Amino acid sequence: MQTVPSAGPKLARVPVRNPYSALPNWLYPALVAVTLTAFALYSAWVVFGNSGGRFGPYLSPFYSPEITLRLGGFLVPPALWVAWAPLAFRATCYYYRKAYFRSFFWHPRSCAVPEPRSHGSNYRGETGFWALNNLHRFALYAITVQMAFLWFDALAQFYYQGAFRVGLGSLLMIVNVVCLSGYTFGCHALRHLAGGRSDCFSCSRVRFRLWKGVTVLNVRHDRWAWVSLFTVLGTDLYIRLLVLGVLPHAPWA
Amino acid sequence: MASVSPLQLSVFRGDAEGGEMVTYSVPVREGMVVLDAVLWAQANLAPDLAVRWNCKAAKCGSCAAEVNGFPRLLCKSPVADYGEEISVRPMAAFPVVRDLVTDVSWNYEVNQRIAPFTPSEADRDDPRAWRMQQVDVERAIEFRKCIECFLCQDVCHVLRNHGRKDAYFGPRFMVRMASLEMHPKDSLDRRPQLKGEAGVGYCNITKCCQEVCPEHIHITDNAIIPLKERMADEYFDPVRSLLRRLGGR
Repeated sequence: MQTVPSAGPKLARVPVRNPYSALPNWLYPALVAVTLTAFALYSAWVVFGNSGGRFGPYLSPFYSPEITLRLGGFLVPPALWVAWAPLAFRATCYYYRKAYFRSFFWHPRSCAVPEPRSHGSNYRGETGFWALNNLHRFALYAITVQMAFLWFDALAQFYYQGAFRVGLGSLLMIVNVVCLSGYTFGCHALRHLAGGRSDCFSCSRVRFRLWKGVTVLNVRHDRWAWVSLFTVLGTDLYIRLLVLGVLPHAPWA
Repeated sequence: MASVSPLQLSVFRGDAEGGEMVTYSVPVREGMVVLDAVLWAQANLAPDLAVRWNCKAAKCGSCAAEVNGFPRLLCKSPVADYGEEISVRPMAAFPVVRDLVTDVSWNYEVNQRIAPFTPSEADRDDPRAWRMQQVDVERAIEFRKCIECFLCQDVCHVLRNHGRKDAYFGPRFMVRMASLEMHPKDSLDRRPQLKGEAGVGYCNITKCCQEVCPEHIHITDNAIIPLKERMADEYFDPVRSLLRRLGGR
């Protein structure tokens, strides 16, 4: 039992100014909340409102690998077989944990900013329901398998109907898979598995180099997380607009 | 040279029972930091103003407080960064002794609950075991840079907002436990304590501790997250658990 009081005297709140950021402290959580909500709604529409994402050689990342299965005469939404893996990976990702705990739960909204009074003192962090976040490595295993399919699709689309071809969609698919790789292979759990779990870096040069390699990507994990989110969105949107005929079916497309 | 308006320095005056913000008008000098302003006010206007400081070089960690509501070292906060009005308060996560001085003794109590560096019996008696490679030393050095200013403890919302000192040791001691757990020559398994009374699970990775650290230690990325992963190895990985059982460990 602790005898030390938890906080100092009560004073009127002061507007907290973070000296490391020129932006108001509500802006980051607001932007994150809006962006993630918009992406979640778009993803839900893609998964449940559409039955495919292929246009010629192009395949939307929401449908890789392409699985078509009918149960009782009904087509199971093909993206459903895929979407759970990136959802689990991003939901348990150490960067996104910061993003959603700040933006949606206000735990805390911003550093040193008081939390709502309703939060009280029964905070359990990641020891209760959120202990599921400790299973992040299993989402990593799943997403690594999916990365293999994404790379296959991104390279296979260059060879279409017996000939080599490059279009704007080809470039988008390559950029998308590179950004997703930057995000996936900079994962904190992978950094741990690659070498971080060892107490002795000097005992295995291979493991140390692997750890250093993952660390290079890990330092910018947050940026990879955002960039790859937008490349997935952009690639899917482009292919979907081609499917819908909104964009012209030109040779460069 | 154009005259510079005096700084309106608002300082908390009081103790654990309560207090108020008192404003002092302080002349601004070139290169002035907030600690200079507080010390000027102490020397010229309020000789009974209590402030803890020592090195004035961001190395002793004594002058930790909150400048405009944000945890900072007073000696590392240039007045020029803030404009003409600055408020200085004691750290919110700890009880006030007087004015800007807080009682941080809880941290020392926590420190005593962590077993010190414990090499194996074999290493203890073998002088060759103590030759370490640079890559192993570098990993430990980052954690040893901590100056114990306790800004990370102050900004941690588990301690600051939720008052869960009963459940979580705080970022400072995650760094200390990381320095021991990851040391090649430490023989203790610290994961049970990490999951138990140290409460690493209470951290939800908001990275504020890393943001305020004046020594730029990557507290979350290099200490807390690797510790969480080590805890997951032991307690949240059924595959590893099965392999351990099959291997008879």
